[in-house]
Amino acid sequence: MAVKVIIPTPLRAYAGKQESVEVEASTVGQALGALTTKHADLKKHLYSEDGKLRSFVNVYVNDEDIRYLQKDQTAVKPGDTISIVPSIAGGANRARI
Amino acid sequence: MATKIGVPPAPATKGAALSKEEIMRYSRHLIMPEVGMEGQLKIKAAKVLCIGTGGLGAPLGLYLAAAGVGRIGLVDFDVVDSTNLQRQVLFGTQDVGKPKTEAAANRLRDLNPDIQIDAFETQLTSVNALELFKDYDIIVDGTDNFPTRYLVNDASVMTGKLNVYGSIFRFEGQITVFGAPDGPCYRCLYPEPPPPGLVPSCAEGGVLGVLPGIVGTIQAAEALKLIIGKGDPLIGRLLLFDALAMKFRELKLRKNPDCPVCGTHPTQKGLIDYAEFCGVRGEEAPSTVTNIPEITPKELKARLDKGDDIYVLDVREPHEYQICNINGHLIPLGELPQRVHELDSSKEIVAHCKSGKRSAQAVEFLRGAGFKKIQNLKGGILAWSDEVDPSVPKY
Repeated sequence: MAVKVIIPTPLRAYAGKQESVEVEASTVGQALGALTTKHADLKKHLYSEDGKLRSFVNVYVNDEDIRYLQKDQTAVKPGDTISIVPSIAGGANRARI
Repeated sequence: MATKIGVPPAPATKGAALSKEEIMRYSRHLIMPEVGMEGQLKIKAAKVLCIGTGGLGAPLGLYLAAAGVGRIGLVDFDVVDSTNLQRQVLFGTQDVGKPKTEAAANRLRDLNPDIQIDAFETQLTSVNALELFKDYDIIVDGTDNFPTRYLVNDASVMTGKLNVYGSIFRFEGQITVFGAPDGPCYRCLYPEPPPPGLVPSCAEGGVLGVLPGIVGTIQAAEALKLIIGKGDPLIGRLLLFDALAMKFRELKLRKNPDCPVCGTHPTQKGLIDYAEFCGVRGEEAPSTVTNIPEITPKELKARLDKGDDIYVLDVREPHEYQICNINGHLIPLGELPQRVHELDSSKEIVAHCKSGKRSAQAVEFLRGAGFKKIQNLKGGILAWSDEVDPSVPKY
């Protein structure tokens, strides 16, 4: 089924500059797999080398964090929106600490 | 319940009542039942610490001061720069070169002379954070880097203070309230930061000037709501804002019971080395490329003047090329893999970008692709402007 995946600004460059992508999937894992197949550059930004979702990126189905649902196995139905939400901090050229 | 006009409640602490002038100044608050005298006295008694007096700190400081927050702390060790004025509306052109906390304190005292402004011209560190936070009720995070955000979060949880978080990138923002007893903290949302260099800064990615204005103002609204105890604060709610689409969305945030800082069994009991946590050492983020052959702007100029056949490769973006260029051949870094066939590996190539970082990556890529006669222009077009041709504008 068709679900929309919202691409956050920092990652749009790797998704052909699109702000959202439609994919066919019945779980979050399938949707992200379809997304990273279409846009291979996105894969290394979303996933670490051992295939896990990077910890500074969160994924939501509608308004719920998949970590508190069934993670990759979370089912999606038509009309659902998957959001990728990375951490952002604005500002500094150099980290000051 | 009707407020008895003219009969202020007995002040809990000295000076807690409103003077006649304050009643006049805050009349638009006082005539609203949601605030009223009771709310305004809470605002007067409130102590808010603003970490950062830049893009987010500007509207934040202005609106908290305007509202009459009795004590506002400002923490920033930076100095006002002309590139700040595109969005840091606390400052004027006359303030360029001044410490930000000094310029901010002056502006806020002018706006509201009745409140106390504490200016801390210092960097927030693991050494001073707990001590600084303890005198305030609410912390507002207006910082611009990941290590400090984790520091602010951890110190807020450890001192039991609410942390009104706001962050921005280009034209998107995120706002929420961390640190509530049953609410999540920053670590619940993002247990780890991105590796340095993965998410560009404002200087590299740019930012729509109004964006921190909008997000910082929302942070001020949340702080005021928490102070007066009215409305629904963004505890457990992540507000996402997209200025280009002009859309707000909301996501649910949950407290992670296994959170090392705010969970049921916290494993991190004190503040840590946040630079190390975020993988950053010292002032500059470490270069991911080493042993890159370099050429200085003066050396390049000398060779070009001699007539040497050097292919100058500019790996910046088209909109940067329009700002200034040194007649290089433009192939943006992101397009290099697909367009590498346009380059002649038998020629000498010097790659440049704005400051030398992106072009270093280009050189590493091209060397990996078998190019031998390739060098990086040290310091980029900024260094070219400084050392060779000052007529080239810096940006």
